[in-house]
Amino acid sequence: MDFSTVLIQTMNGLQYGLLLFLIASGLTLIFGIMQIINLAHGALYMVGAYLAFWLTALTGNLFLAILLGLPLAALLGVLIERFLMQALYRRDHLDQVLMTFGMILVIDSLRSIAWGNDVHSVAIPALLEGSIQLTETLEYPVYRLFISAVCGLIALAMYGVLQRTRLGIVIRGGASNREMVQGLGINIRVIYSLVFAAGTALTAFAGMIAAPVSSVYPGMGNQILIIAFVVVVIGGLGSIRGAFLAALLVGLTATWGAVLVPEYAGMAIYLLMAVVLLFKPRGLFA
Amino acid sequence: MNNYKKIASTLGSAALTLALFGNVQAADPVKVGLLLPYTGTYAALGEAITNGMKMAIEQQGGQLGGRAVEYVSVDSEANPGKAVPNMQKLVDGAKVDVVVGPVHSGVGMGAVKVARDSGVPLIIPNAGFNAATGPLCAPNIFRTSFTSWQTAYPMGQVAADKGYKNIVTVAWRYGFGTESVEGFKEGFEKAGGTVSKEIYVPFPDVEFQSQLTEIAALKPDAVFVFFAGGGAAKFVQDYAAAGLQGKIPLLGSGFLTEGTLAAQGQAAEGVLTTLHYADSLDTEQNRSFRDAYRQQFGKEADIYAVQGFDTGLLLAQSLQQVAGNTEDRNAWIAAMSQAHIASPRGDWSFSKAHNPVQNVYLREVRDGANQVASIAATALADPAPGCKLQ
Repeated sequence: MDFSTVLIQTMNGLQYGLLLFLIASGLTLIFGIMQIINLAHGALYMVGAYLAFWLTALTGNLFLAILLGLPLAALLGVLIERFLMQALYRRDHLDQVLMTFGMILVIDSLRSIAWGNDVHSVAIPALLEGSIQLTETLEYPVYRLFISAVCGLIALAMYGVLQRTRLGIVIRGGASNREMVQGLGINIRVIYSLVFAAGTALTAFAGMIAAPVSSVYPGMGNQILIIAFVVVVIGGLGSIRGAFLAALLVGLTATWGAVLVPEYAGMAIYLLMAVVLLFKPRGLFA
Repeated sequence: MNNYKKIASTLGSAALTLALFGNVQAADPVKVGLLLPYTGTYAALGEAITNGMKMAIEQQGGQLGGRAVEYVSVDSEANPGKAVPNMQKLVDGAKVDVVVGPVHSGVGMGAVKVARDSGVPLIIPNAGFNAATGPLCAPNIFRTSFTSWQTAYPMGQVAADKGYKNIVTVAWRYGFGTESVEGFKEGFEKAGGTVSKEIYVPFPDVEFQSQLTEIAALKPDAVFVFFAGGGAAKFVQDYAAAGLQGKIPLLGSGFLTEGTLAAQGQAAEGVLTTLHYADSLDTEQNRSFRDAYRQQFGKEADIYAVQGFDTGLLLAQSLQQVAGNTEDRNAWIAAMSQAHIASPRGDWSFSKAHNPVQNVYLREVRDGANQVASIAATALADPAPGCKLQ
């Protein structure tokens, strides 16, 4: 294997990792702050992709579709939080798992009714259509680099909001001591609504921006859900920084696993998780 | 005395009931159990098979051997873990006369097991795992679709004829993927080629960048792949985006470009595949089938609709021959194994292992459609290794 291949494979891994971060960030936000195990996360990712497909077909532009789709996704998050989640805050995790698993089935059926069961694709916006010649035979699509850049920016923005703003303090406070935050006269319900809406919007955004490279098809969220949980668990529940690092680790492990030990590539990321949990039972940054 | 009367009248009414029941049974509908996915990744396939089958039966007068038809559907969810209980629901619960299904080969394993144990006729309208008409074949198990081997083996000769010497394969690591690669490899090596590397991707992963980088570094004469559905759409797009389209020819089993061409767009142009059907087959049967399907369901028929249609034809033809008698299973099974199906894919009949002996077509994607380039193999029968029926 020559040096350029090593570089390219590493870049593949980082790029995959950044996309995984975007998908996992919404999950870790909801999980870490609200202690809700949201199994419907993958289904919401799929909703995002289908929104991108549907709105791009209507408007003819992916960016316009994302602008229109994000408020819709956030609204969906608010509605789910208000009517389904609020009843579950005082229940244990099993009830949440049941509810959110049920949501997977409902969302999937609604998707089937609204958009059918066919495989679709979303065109890459003309602006980002080109690719960069890497080797004699291999090119790298500009759009993939664009996704990486967006994922990186979102990671920074999330970190900034949570660590450097007043809202971030309240959210983190709500995560560690709900009663105390309420005692300080802050309406925790609004905060929870906001966090859930943000988590949903992030997930849907991941689905939208990934749609041109991932294709849009039924069940696309299920596989993603498992990997997203692996990322969240490795990173440490609720830690954005942990999720970021874990996503890059998982991306690199999956890519290099496929190159070096193709027979065991499917196991590689789970082995990584097992090893991390062996030494850090609460994840990297819990 | 009184007691005796009571018993007599009870017996009388029982006899009457039996007689009535017997009469009713003669006119009872044929119960067709459907074990197909109606939700999840394969929902579109389950729907197309159901549509095609019902359309065939309606075209034959809506009856099977003079009896009405009752459908009992169970959503298989393409979930192998539920295959056996779902199958039992149909066989023991609903007491169906025949089961049509499944789509997914993993579910197929469970369905075949129950069919072998219970003796209920099973007609597989898709699942292509070789074993169903190989080591696990049985008199009551029929398949109206294909084996993985059939859809991949002919491509080996095609690739050799194109002058390719060195080919890399990429496929999902699960039954259908590995069987397709093995079929292709057998054909290609027999024709003098070499498969220099077999790359497998965990099923159902759709992240292909590292494999594409590897292909670009290996620079083979061509690449043979097996993917289907969303994975196929994504692989073909990624292949083009990586700049490999047009540089290294892409070959595949036909499922690479079935139901995914609209999503693949320009990226699929020039892809060569082998399959037992192509939308563009220029035969009277195919044209009238496609017109009728379009008219009835408002969308284009696909390979799955064809396989469902042929399943309906098989049921109609065989039950016609035994005058609707589903009780005498041996006679019915004999009628099925003798069937000649005038299918949109071309006429076919069953091999001794109960898999279609059929043409396999070489198709090339041109202008967003699978155009038939030639017949890659005429009346190809699966060798069915391990089947005791032959």
